[in-house]
Amino acid sequence: MSRQNSARADGKKVSSELFTLTYGALVAQLVKDFESDEAVNKKLDEMGYNIGVRLIEDLIAKGNVGRCHDLRETADIIAKLGFKMFLGVTPVVTKWSTAADEFSLILENNPLAEFVELPSGHENLNYSNILCGVLRGALEMVQMEVEISFVQDALRGDDTTELRVKFIKRLEDAIPAGEE
Amino acid sequence: MTVYNIYIFNREGTCLYYYEWNRRTDCNMPKYEEFKLLHGMLFSIKSFVTRLSPIDGKNSFISYRTNKYKLHFYETPTGLKFVMNTDLAVENIQDTLHDIYNKIYVEYIVKNPLCKLNEPIQSSLFRTKLDEHVKSLPFY
Repeated sequence: MSRQNSARADGKKVSSELFTLTYGALVAQLVKDFESDEAVNKKLDEMGYNIGVRLIEDLIAKGNVGRCHDLRETADIIAKLGFKMFLGVTPVVTKWSTAADEFSLILENNPLAEFVELPSGHENLNYSNILCGVLRGALEMVQMEVEISFVQDALRGDDTTELRVKFIKRLEDAIPAGEE
Repeated sequence: MTVYNIYIFNREGTCLYYYEWNRRTDCNMPKYEEFKLLHGMLFSIKSFVTRLSPIDGKNSFISYRTNKYKLHFYETPTGLKFVMNTDLAVENIQDTLHDIYNKIYVEYIVKNPLCKLNEPIQSSLFRTKLDEHVKSLPFY
């Protein structure tokens, strides 16, 4: 664990405002470019996916985490290490399904949406939809297929921001030709 | 002590990178055959070790040695495999291989958007940094 702490200590930090505003500019541009909120959501998810597949390597290398044995452990690492490391917040993991294959991440304050007010006419826009893509991409790289959606968004007047994560299946290792 | 060569494989078994510092023999086959052969062997050893282990045997394959050389193996949870051949005097180098992953692969490949992730590595920056890093190792 010592390596994990030192990695975080010398990790370069940038102002979260710069990040938040850059993300805001990105969303504003996408809203301009696309006709519907759904198309913007889809694009954000796609971009997040591409970020996620790279970000996971950084998380694993810097955080020095091993392979998770169950979804609870995964949820813990996402919340306490992933969100902490890249966004500086720790969401609450809660609302487990009885089969333990679904959980929710509750964000008290969403760093992406710090200075944002949704204009009317964009009721279907998931402003922070990039997070869904990031999680999906990152988890796919560790052989987990998941489905992620926003069930609550503080920007749309809900009490909190809630991301629902649903485990679909474990992706199997590719077997080299000629092996069993 | 000596480092002979390094292989980096991705999850699908494609050899992303190969470099040799000090290889004295040639194995009489095209490189791509050699990569396939090595990856197949690593895959088999891994499942062999896991199945035969009397206790929880996950991730327990870290190296093997013959009377001439030692092969070190490190696998990340994302399925990247780092393989380094050294002489017999080298001890456990899991940390070294993790460092190569953390300080070289992540920094110069993952964080370079122009480098595709599942294709053989062309970046000369990566090549230089890895070379420097390995040459600075105490057991090089």
